[in-house]
Amino acid sequence: MDNNHNTVLETKNLNIYYGDFLAIKDVNFKVFRHQITAIIGPSGCGKSTLLRSFNRMNELVPSARSEGKILFNGEDIYDPSIDPVEVRRRIGMVFQKPNPFPKSIYENIAWGLKINGFRGSKSELDDLVEQALRGAALWDEVKDKLDQSGLSLSGGQQQRLCIARAIAIKPEVILMDEPASALDPIATLKIEDLMRELKENYTIVIVTHNMQEAARVSDYTAMMMLTGDEERSGTVIEFDQTNVIFTRPKDKRTEDYITGRFG
Amino acid sequence: MPRDTLIRQINQIRDEILILGSMVEQATLSAIQALKNRDIHLAREIFEADQTINEKRFAIENAIITLMATQQPMARDLREMTAMLEVNTELERMGDYAKGIAKVVTRLGEGEVIIPIQEIDKMAEIAVSMLHRALGAFVSENHTQALAIPKEDDQVDELFNQAYRKIVEAMIANPALIDHTNLMLWVIHNLERLADRVTNICERTVFSATGELFEIDGMDEDDANV
Repeated sequence: MDNNHNTVLETKNLNIYYGDFLAIKDVNFKVFRHQITAIIGPSGCGKSTLLRSFNRMNELVPSARSEGKILFNGEDIYDPSIDPVEVRRRIGMVFQKPNPFPKSIYENIAWGLKINGFRGSKSELDDLVEQALRGAALWDEVKDKLDQSGLSLSGGQQQRLCIARAIAIKPEVILMDEPASALDPIATLKIEDLMRELKENYTIVIVTHNMQEAARVSDYTAMMMLTGDEERSGTVIEFDQTNVIFTRPKDKRTEDYITGRFG
Repeated sequence: MPRDTLIRQINQIRDEILILGSMVEQATLSAIQALKNRDIHLAREIFEADQTINEKRFAIENAIITLMATQQPMARDLREMTAMLEVNTELERMGDYAKGIAKVVTRLGEGEVIIPIQEIDKMAEIAVSMLHRALGAFVSENHTQALAIPKEDDQVDELFNQAYRKIVEAMIANPALIDHTNLMLWVIHNLERLADRVTNICERTVFSATGELFEIDGMDEDDANV
């Protein structure tokens, strides 16, 4: 395991419950700075639950609760003194289905800046919007139609708009939940190229069903699987550099899953 | 079981590699037979068989590339398929060694020569047996066996040295026959190299089974030749 990277996020004996149901069991792993970490595993093994726990999105589900720790730069994000809104500002999220606001392309970016306390001039705001759109490799395609609705864009463009919206407020980490699963192959490759550019400035955690995508884009891969009594709780069974996971995994269950012999 | 198509096609390619291997074994044994009996007709048949070996090698290579492109194999499957590409190439080269021996038979014609046939026979027998078992280990992913087989290469090297001395002595004793006797060096060299390449197949077997890439035996052709 390459330990030369410094750790941004770390889970310690993390358990997540929905009511009495233990969805995530005893997860210990690390997310390294300026690396792309993929979380893979079969449906229903808790990948999205784990991802959402990193910016406290899970607690929007009424019955959800967690045990153990999630450290962000060494600080427990579930500590009572921590403001969840601040956590979500510093750890942004991009969802499976592109979800731009039903507003102009410009407003999609500017809105997040404004609610996060932007008080500068119009031209400063223009600059930040342009920066975010450039950062998401979308600027050249939309610079002449910033006042058009975000919903008028293609699926791939909408997803990049959502990425632009996420990076506009300068988070440290971007969580992506199947960001390319609703896109065609070309738009998918564009998002993947974009992720590789973004990792220069951000840390990315991606959940994906598509193992080829995880293999293409990520530096580290966490393999999740249902374990425990009656195999109902998800946990990370193997975590390693992506090239190791996809060429010589150590755990037989990882091997079976990535070679398609699972199930 | 999921991935039936991938598994079925990998099995088919394994079978094809075994067939290619048996063609190479046959070509090698026939080449020695042709040398022993000075059978130019048989030697020419080996040239034709080599053509078939070459074609089969490309067919297998195509099948592997197609399978990689269409099925995106991972982990053990990926290792096995890249190993198959290597083994496939090794077998084709071994076929060339057999062809090289057949060529010696045609060049000798009916000319006078001293053939250290005992050593050559034994070398071929051991090398072919090593190849046969190495391919068995490869398709069954038996890395323990794959690690053991290369040790037998020492016997082939020893026989090479014995034959080499005999050939040199024959050259000294009868300089007029040097041209023909020299061809015997090609024969033993080809057999010695064939056995060396079995080691490469064994290395790929270990890689395919375990993911470990290393040389089983550091001995290369320079060490073995003299």
